[in-house]
Amino acid sequence: MSLWIWLLVACALAYAWKIVGYFVPARFLEDPRISRIAGTMTIGLLASLTVVNAVVSGQGLAADARLGALAAAAIALVCRAPFLVVVIAGAATAALLRAVGWS
Amino acid sequence: MKLLASPAVRVGISISIATGLYGVSFGALAVTSGLNFWQTMVLSLLLFSGGSQFAFIGVVAGGGSGIAAMSAATLLGMRNGIYGMQLNALLRPTGWRKYVGAQLTIDESTATSTGQTDPAEQRRGFWTAGIGVYVLWNLFTALGALAGSGLGDPKQWGLDGAAVAAFLALLWPRLKGREPIAIAVVCAVATVVAVPFVPAGVPIMVAALVAALAGWFSHGRRDEGLEPDIEPYGGHHPGHHHDGSGHRPGVQRTEEPGAGV
Repeated sequence: MSLWIWLLVACALAYAWKIVGYFVPARFLEDPRISRIAGTMTIGLLASLTVVNAVVSGQGLAADARLGALAAAAIALVCRAPFLVVVIAGAATAALLRAVGWS
Repeated sequence: MKLLASPAVRVGISISIATGLYGVSFGALAVTSGLNFWQTMVLSLLLFSGGSQFAFIGVVAGGGSGIAAMSAATLLGMRNGIYGMQLNALLRPTGWRKYVGAQLTIDESTATSTGQTDPAEQRRGFWTAGIGVYVLWNLFTALGALAGSGLGDPKQWGLDGAAVAAFLALLWPRLKGREPIAIAVVCAVATVVAVPFVPAGVPIMVAALVAALAGWFSHGRRDEGLEPDIEPYGGHHPGHHHDGSGHRPGVQRTEEPGAGV
């Protein structure tokens, strides 16, 4: 139940960001700091989410099949594969590594 | 059809298809992360911003609380506010168009629009990509969610590996130059260091704080990391290395400081 609440709050705030952009005076854009923080935060959050999903397990770190998925995704991205191919490469690698016994 | 003669409309359609398709991976991952079908659909219908949606389910999948998931999604959504400012200056929407357009303000629609120079084309690009991605993204989210719930053990299919790959793929096109890479590395390290000390989901907030400080004190380009994760007009930039497939390429962006596009 409480997941529903936070989910709806997230939806409301996501729209709030978007609509605020259309109503703030244009001079806010002149402050390079604002857009720079939006940019660096996007990079930092995505980097953090990548790591959390790759090596974090509860309160600890774990080296498991997900590391293989990370490597496969990186290779696919270097080869300029489209998003969906990258995701499938990650899934297939993790599944394969588990099938051969590396959890 | 006359509309199809417009380059912005054609680009908008191809972006919509490329982006819409990967809604299937969001749908499948969301239900295997523990969301039900309708929670998954509400994220795609109402939140409608790929990075934030993946962040929300990523935190939930890692055992984080609802509030941590909400915070990660919200912080990632900040860039849409910047896009909104740019698009407002560019398209000057009025009345209801402002409110509907706001919901469609995402990486893809912004990139398609700002890549055009003619105002009419900018408008067509925005609406084609915005509506197209919205419709297809939701359709494929539903498809993925239905398929995902029939999968059984998600680990057996490597779906946790799919999530890792998805985040890396969202991050990748933003790593242009030394500073973004440095920020990504520092934030990744900060996350790992924080993990043993704070509850699940909080390490991501620590990384967000580090990134915000980096942005506050840095003197880098004002739009660093704000390259939408697509490049609808192909990779014609010299030195641009991430123009794969129709969906991550380089937006032509006006570079005058403070131009507001």
